[in-house]
Amino acid sequence: MKMLKKLMCSAVVSAMAASTAAHAGSISNDEVRIGYLADMSGTYSALAGPGGLEAAKMAIEDFGGKVNGKKITIVGADDQNKPDIGANKVRQWIDVENIDMVAGMVSSAVTIAVNKVVEAKDKISIVSGSASSSITNQYCTANSIHYVYDTYALAHGTGEAVVQEGGDSWFFLTADYAFGHAMEADVTEVVKQSGGKVVGGVRHPLATNDFSSFILQAQASGAKIVGLANAGADTTNSLKTAKEFGVVQAGQKIAGLLIFLTDVYSLGLETTQGLQLTTGFYWDRTPETRAWSKRYFERTGAMPSMVQAGIYSSVNHYLNAVKSAGTDETKAVMAEMKKTPINDFFAQNGQIREDGRMIHDMYLAEVKKPSESKGDWDLYKILRTIPADKAFRPLSESKCKLVAGR
Amino acid sequence: MAELLGFPPQVLFGQLLIGLINGSFYALLSLGLAIIFGLLNIINFAHGAQYMLGAFVAWFGLKFFGVNYWVALILAPLVVAAIGIAIEKTLLRRLYKEDHLYGLLLTFGLALIIEGSFVHFFGVSGQPYSVPAALQGGNNLGFMFLPTYRAWIIVASLVVCFGTWYMIERTKLGAYLRAGTENPKLLQAFGINVPLLITLTYGYGVALAAFAGVLAAPIYSVSPVMGSNILIVVFAVVVIGGMGSIMGAVVTGLLMGLIEGLTKVFYPEASTTVIFLVMIVVLLVRPAGLFGKEA
Repeated sequence: MKMLKKLMCSAVVSAMAASTAAHAGSISNDEVRIGYLADMSGTYSALAGPGGLEAAKMAIEDFGGKVNGKKITIVGADDQNKPDIGANKVRQWIDVENIDMVAGMVSSAVTIAVNKVVEAKDKISIVSGSASSSITNQYCTANSIHYVYDTYALAHGTGEAVVQEGGDSWFFLTADYAFGHAMEADVTEVVKQSGGKVVGGVRHPLATNDFSSFILQAQASGAKIVGLANAGADTTNSLKTAKEFGVVQAGQKIAGLLIFLTDVYSLGLETTQGLQLTTGFYWDRTPETRAWSKRYFERTGAMPSMVQAGIYSSVNHYLNAVKSAGTDETKAVMAEMKKTPINDFFAQNGQIREDGRMIHDMYLAEVKKPSESKGDWDLYKILRTIPADKAFRPLSESKCKLVAGR
Repeated sequence: MAELLGFPPQVLFGQLLIGLINGSFYALLSLGLAIIFGLLNIINFAHGAQYMLGAFVAWFGLKFFGVNYWVALILAPLVVAAIGIAIEKTLLRRLYKEDHLYGLLLTFGLALIIEGSFVHFFGVSGQPYSVPAALQGGNNLGFMFLPTYRAWIIVASLVVCFGTWYMIERTKLGAYLRAGTENPKLLQAFGINVPLLITLTYGYGVALAAFAGVLAAPIYSVSPVMGSNILIVVFAVVVIGGMGSIMGAVVTGLLMGLIEGLTKVFYPEASTTVIFLVMIVVLLVRPAGLFGKEA
C-alpha cells in the first residue's frame, strides 16, 4: 500500500512537471535532439550517408551548439534502405531517446514508413534525400517537410528538356519500389503531355549488380531514349554498362532522371559528358554556394551533393524556427518553419507549403566535356533556372489531405 | 520470325550469353569456395572480401604504380593470396579441429573488418577502372552487341576453372590434395607435408577470388561492398552444386548465371531471388546438392 502511494505521488509529480514544461513552451528534456537517418553504407550512401551527417553537424556547430541556451545533440543511424528497420529505429528514438526531429532520410520506401511513425508520435521529420513526389502528395502529413527535390521536379526539368530535343519514344529502367514507380509515372505523364510515347520498360530490384541484361532489352526496344528511373549505384552501374554496350553509338540517348554530383564524380566525365540533369544545388553556382561547399570539402574530402547541402540548410532552418518559437513543441515549430522563407546559400526565397513541400528554384544542368572541366569537381554547367513555381507540382493538382478544398 | 517462348530468338540468345558471363563470375568464386571447403573444412566467408581486395589491388596498382591490367591479373591474386596465407597460418590453422561454425565466424568477422575499413577510407561509391585498350570496343554478333571485354571474361574464367579442375583431378599434386581431403594422417605418413598443402590450397582458393575481382574491376565499380553483394549468391551456388564438389561448383555457377539471365527477361523483378528459389528446391529434392555425394 505504501509502495502504491509512493508510486502515485511520483506519477502525479511527474505529470505536473510535464504539463508545466509544455505550458512554459520551453525545450523538452532541456535539449533539442536531432536524429539523422540514412543509408550509411549501401547503394545510396554516397549521396547522403556519412557526408549528410557531417553536414548536419556543421549546421549545429555553426548555430553555436545551443539554441535558447539549451544544448543541441545529434545521433545518426543506418536504415539500410529497409522500411522496417528505419521505422523501428525512429520509434525507438522518439520513445526512448526523446528525439524531436528526424533529418536525412533517403530511400522513399523508408521515408513513407518513417513519416507515419513521426505523424503518430507528433514529432517532425525533414526529408532531404528521398525523391518520390508522393511524400507530399497522397502520403503527406502535417509533421513532415520534403526539402530538396522530388520526382515531379526531375520529370519536368529533365524529362521536358529531353522531349523538346526530339526524344519522343522512351524505354524505362526502373528501380522496383516506391521511388522508381513514382519517377516512371511522373516522367510518363510529361512524355505523353509533350506528344511522346513510352514503348516499354523493365523493373529491376534495388541494388542490382549487373545491368547488361536490362541494357540489352533497352537496345532491343528501339526507343530513342533510355530513361533511368533509378538512383545512386544503380544509376552509375546502368550508365557504365550502357557505355560498354555502345548504347549511344547505336543511336539511342540516355536520360538520367536522378543523377547526383557524387555519381558523376565516381563515373568520370568520359562516361557522363553531355548528360542533362535536374539538380536543386550545385556547389559552383554562386559565391555563397562556393564558400559553404569549400568548408564542407575541408571536412569530408568531397564536394556536397544537393542532398548533403539541403540537409545543412534544413537543420539550420529547423533550429532557427525553434529559436524564434521559443520551444521545440511540434506545432509551434512547424508553423514557424512554414511561415519563414528560407534564404541561405542553398535556397533563395524558399517556401514550405501547406502540404510540406519546400519550393525553391531548381536548375537544369549539363555534364561538362572532359576538355571543359578545370578540376576534379568542375562537373556541371547550369543551362537554366527552373523557377520555384514551375519546378514543383502545383497545389491545384495536389491529392494531399492538408491542402484546402481536398 | 519464329519466336521462342514468346520472345524473338535474338533477345533470348543475347540474354543467355549475358547469363553465361555472369555465370563465369559465379563459377570462379564458387570454385574457390569449394576447394577451400573441400580440403580445409572451412566455410570461407571472407571470400567476398578477398574478391574485393583483388579488385582494389588492381586499382591501387594502376593509380599509384602504373601497373597495367595484364600485370594486375597475375600480381593481384598473388598479393591477396599472400594475405590469405598469412590469415591461414596465424588464425585459421587453430580452428581445423573445431566445429565448422568457428571457421565461419572467424572469416565472417575478418570480412566485416576488411570491408568496414575499406568503406571508411574509400567510401562506397566505387572507384573507376577502365577497360584495357586491347579489349575495348566490341562486335556486333547480329543478335546483340558483344563488348570484347565480356567475351574475354568467359574465356579467361573457363580456362582458369577447367585448368583448376584438371590440376585437381588429373595431376599428382591434385591426387595428394584429394588424398589430404580423405585422410590427412595417412597422407602425412607417406611423407607429404600436409600443413603446407593446406596452406597452399587456401592461398589458391583466395587467389581465385582475387582473380575474379580483377576481372570484375573494369565492368563493375571497384567498391568495398562489391564482394558482399555477390557472396550470398555464390554461397547459394555452392550449396546447389554440392559443398566441396569442384566440377559441381563450376557447372552450377554457369547454370545459375543462365537461369538468372532468363529470369531477367521473363520476370526481372525476381532476378535477385531466383537463385535462392532454386536452392530451396534443390535442398528439398537432393539435400547434398546437384553434384554432391549423399552422405
